Amino acid sequence: MLSVLLIVTAAIFFTGIIIRVKSVASGRKGPGILQPIYDVMRLFRKGVVYSETTSFIFQIAPTIYFASVIMAMLVVPFGQSSGVLSFNGDFIFFAYILALGKFFSIIAAMDTGSSFEGMGASREALYSMFAEPAFFILMGSLALLSGHTSFQEIFAALHIGSQISYALAALATFVILMIAMIESSRMPIDDPKTHLELTMIHEVMILDNSGFDLGLILSAGFLKFAIYGALIVNLFIGVIPYQYAIPAFFAIQFVLAVAIGLIESFMARFRMSHNPQFIVVLTSVSLLIFFGVLLILQKFM
Amino acid sequence: MSFIWAFILIPFAGMLLIPFLKVNWKGILAFLLVLFNVLISSYFAWQSLIGDEMSFILPGSFVTGPIPIRIDALSGWFMLIINLVFLTGGFYGLFYMKVYRNQSQNLSLHGIVFVFQHAAILAICVIQNSFVFLIVWEILALTSFLLIIFEHEHISTIKAGINYLIQAHFSLIFLMIGFIWVASRTDSYDFQAISSFSSSVPEPVSLLLFLSFFIAFGIKAGFVPFHTWLPYAHPAAPSHISGMMSGVIIKIGIFGILRMLLVVKTDLTTIGYIILVISLISGLYGVMLAIIQHNLKKLLAYHSIENIGIIGIGIGIGCIGIGSGNQILAAFGFAGALLHTLNHSLFKSLLFYTAGNIYQATHTLEIEKLGGLIKKMPQTTVLFLMAAIAICGIPPFNGFISEFIIFTGLYNWLSDASLVSLLAAVTTTAGLALIGGLAMLCFTKAFGVVFLGSPRSDLPSSCKEVPFLQLIPLYIIAGMIILIGLFPLAFIEVLSKPVGLFTATILQTNPTQIEVFSVLQPINLAVWSTVVLIIGLLLFRKYALKHRSGSFGPTWGCGYVSPNTKQQYTAGSFVRTYSKLFAPFLSIGKHEDEIHGVFPPKVKYHTSPYDKIEKWLIDSPLKYNKSFMGRFVFLNNGKLQFYILYGVLFILAVISIPVIYQSLNSFIRFLKLL
Repeated sequence: MLSVLLIVTAAIFFTGIIIRVKSVASGRKGPGILQPIYDVMRLFRKGVVYSETTSFIFQIAPTIYFASVIMAMLVVPFGQSSGVLSFNGDFIFFAYILALGKFFSIIAAMDTGSSFEGMGASREALYSMFAEPAFFILMGSLALLSGHTSFQEIFAALHIGSQISYALAALATFVILMIAMIESSRMPIDDPKTHLELTMIHEVMILDNSGFDLGLILSAGFLKFAIYGALIVNLFIGVIPYQYAIPAFFAIQFVLAVAIGLIESFMARFRMSHNPQFIVVLTSVSLLIFFGVLLILQKFM
Repeated sequence: MSFIWAFILIPFAGMLLIPFLKVNWKGILAFLLVLFNVLISSYFAWQSLIGDEMSFILPGSFVTGPIPIRIDALSGWFMLIINLVFLTGGFYGLFYMKVYRNQSQNLSLHGIVFVFQHAAILAICVIQNSFVFLIVWEILALTSFLLIIFEHEHISTIKAGINYLIQAHFSLIFLMIGFIWVASRTDSYDFQAISSFSSSVPEPVSLLLFLSFFIAFGIKAGFVPFHTWLPYAHPAAPSHISGMMSGVIIKIGIFGILRMLLVVKTDLTTIGYIILVISLISGLYGVMLAIIQHNLKKLLAYHSIENIGIIGIGIGIGCIGIGSGNQILAAFGFAGALLHTLNHSLFKSLLFYTAGNIYQATHTLEIEKLGGLIKKMPQTTVLFLMAAIAICGIPPFNGFISEFIIFTGLYNWLSDASLVSLLAAVTTTAGLALIGGLAMLCFTKAFGVVFLGSPRSDLPSSCKEVPFLQLIPLYIIAGMIILIGLFPLAFIEVLSKPVGLFTATILQTNPTQIEVFSVLQPINLAVWSTVVLIIGLLLFRKYALKHRSGSFGPTWGCGYVSPNTKQQYTAGSFVRTYSKLFAPFLSIGKHEDEIHGVFPPKVKYHTSPYDKIEKWLIDSPLKYNKSFMGRFVFLNNGKLQFYILYGVLFILAVISIPVIYQSLNSFIRFLKLL
């Protein structure tokens, strides 16, 4: 329960901080931290416009997408306290329930019959496919290291002691961060602020969504960020008591948001054709983690 | 005993009646006969699943020896799957075949063969006499051939059928090798003889014996590289037959492998690794090729290879579990494999039936020509969508449950100590995850292009939803898909008996219920909460939008004001990045016209996907074989006298070779004496 509260709180500020950092970095004052939330609230109060080409798929898809992110949020733990749902193999459920949302957002984009949205849909399907093995290998390595198969038990049992485990935690952070970038369609995979539809992934998929539905999609995006942030935090706060862990949670989420803002300000998006190679690198990094775990457990005898 | 005779005689009498009936009644009688067999066999199958195994011995004849018939839980599980698919397929076929009503004789044959095949396939599950088994196996091959070539006026159909026939007989050869080997050593056709023989010989020999069976059944099941018949046969057959082939006939290969695992006593760890590697390759290769197919049925056929791979992964880790004494791993592996067998036969037959609906309505299965069918065939669309989500292993449907069980097994495997198994476990996990991602790419493409957007070519004006009666079997299957997704525990309970057959060798108590249950209970809760949350949110959205303005407009064309349907994203463009990335594994023929001049004429762009393994393994050996055999073509000169001469020469050779051998032998003995 605690994790849900924390994730929702973090989600409220996360995107605002990114936008603020980007504005400051480009020499502007920028909107308030809560501006994205105001935008979403406004959208929730609005009516909807549908394309004539679309069918009911297009109308139910944003809701299912939102629901899938909520369900994914429910299994994420916070340190010693488990998520609302916690069971053996919950990270498999985590990945697959997010896939449900993705499936619907992809077919909803295809539903509009627009060539641009189809393009975004195709990229989304391809990139998330590449990210999946990395996530499963990473979780497999952590499961092997800790001897457990649920998020909460894995994170609670992770003890960062030796030098190798520091390296592993750093690599794991990198992998989860990059998966978060792919899943939330941020730089360097995707540029949400680009001006050309041809070069977008996620933004172009939701071109035709409006009003309530767009609000759902955007808020699901905010939550997704905070969920992955929470996963990263969990890597480090295993046994720390709450009075330190909760500030640490917000501190790490804040640093993440600032880092993303800075990256997006000073880096260009990868060339679309380089993205798959980059994402495959993720799988190799997670394999590296796996071998590191083997090293710690002294399996190479 | 009398049941057996009823099972044989009543359908046989009915089959003889079929040709004399009116066209409408042929199908109905065939369906009733199948129904009759279903009722009898399901009773026994269910008995065996609740723990009352049957076995009796038919006297047989001088040639076959006694014919033991044993219905254990494994047979029972597969018989129920077979019955379900044959019932729904038969009912669907009644309507699907209506267009062919003018081909009365063809329909008679089809009906007879349909009943015959059902009987044969059930017999395969229970007969444990290798001689009779080979006979029913051959009946299955021949009946499938006849069912495939229903539309034999098309050359491609006949070609696909013959391709299948040849490969089915390769399967028969390997099966014969195994059976004759055992029979020649033990002088018995009973499967128990295989058990005793394989436990009496050294392990490498019994491993070889198992591999021979594995290849035989692997060809039927469609494991890579024995899969090449499958993508031809499935699209060529009428849709209810393709659904059944994918749902049942390739599963009988899985059944054979599982049966042989129970019968052949050998080193299960090695076998497990072999099956695991082949399955992983099958899974990946199947879906990789499925993505680039432009024919809907061919796409589904390649997907069957992928799912056979997933089932095989389950069997593989199950074997390794037994071999290494890890009963939890074994229980997860076999439970996942058996449940996925059921699941795949459900969603794959549903997919093929919906593809049949599409073919009936639009007369094409070319994905690139379709589009926007959701407006014309809403029920078919929803059914296809459900099956597509299920086949991608996404909750809340049944595919997720079986993949979850296999994944849990894999993660349990990680507690194993040895480095090899750890590497195997992590590779398989990554492979399975990649398969899931690729399947999603494939089915978002198939569903998105076929059903959504606007039509990409002029569809016939008669394009509309099929009659409701025809949709009934589809709804039944869809109901099963939901049922397994939401109440998996009931099915696991039924599964505990067949899984127990495998795990019994290492453990007295049955771990399936305890372990798999304890893992599935919370996931069941999670799936339920997902469903409740989605429904709740949808209702809330409906309530919230009740008083809002909702309006319709054209799709945003990014500033372009007169888009047409040709500018939609096509299936080819949807997977273009993918096919460029995976180019080394794929073989895509391309034909492209260059665009010339200011006012260019019509140009064409054509791609034709092909199978690289087929090219290496089937086509090029055939080419060499042909050129080698071409040297002997002078023998085939069309003169009768020569043919008689060949016959005489052959008989002479048959007689003289033993004589020469004997005299040579005595000559050598004589030399040795010297």
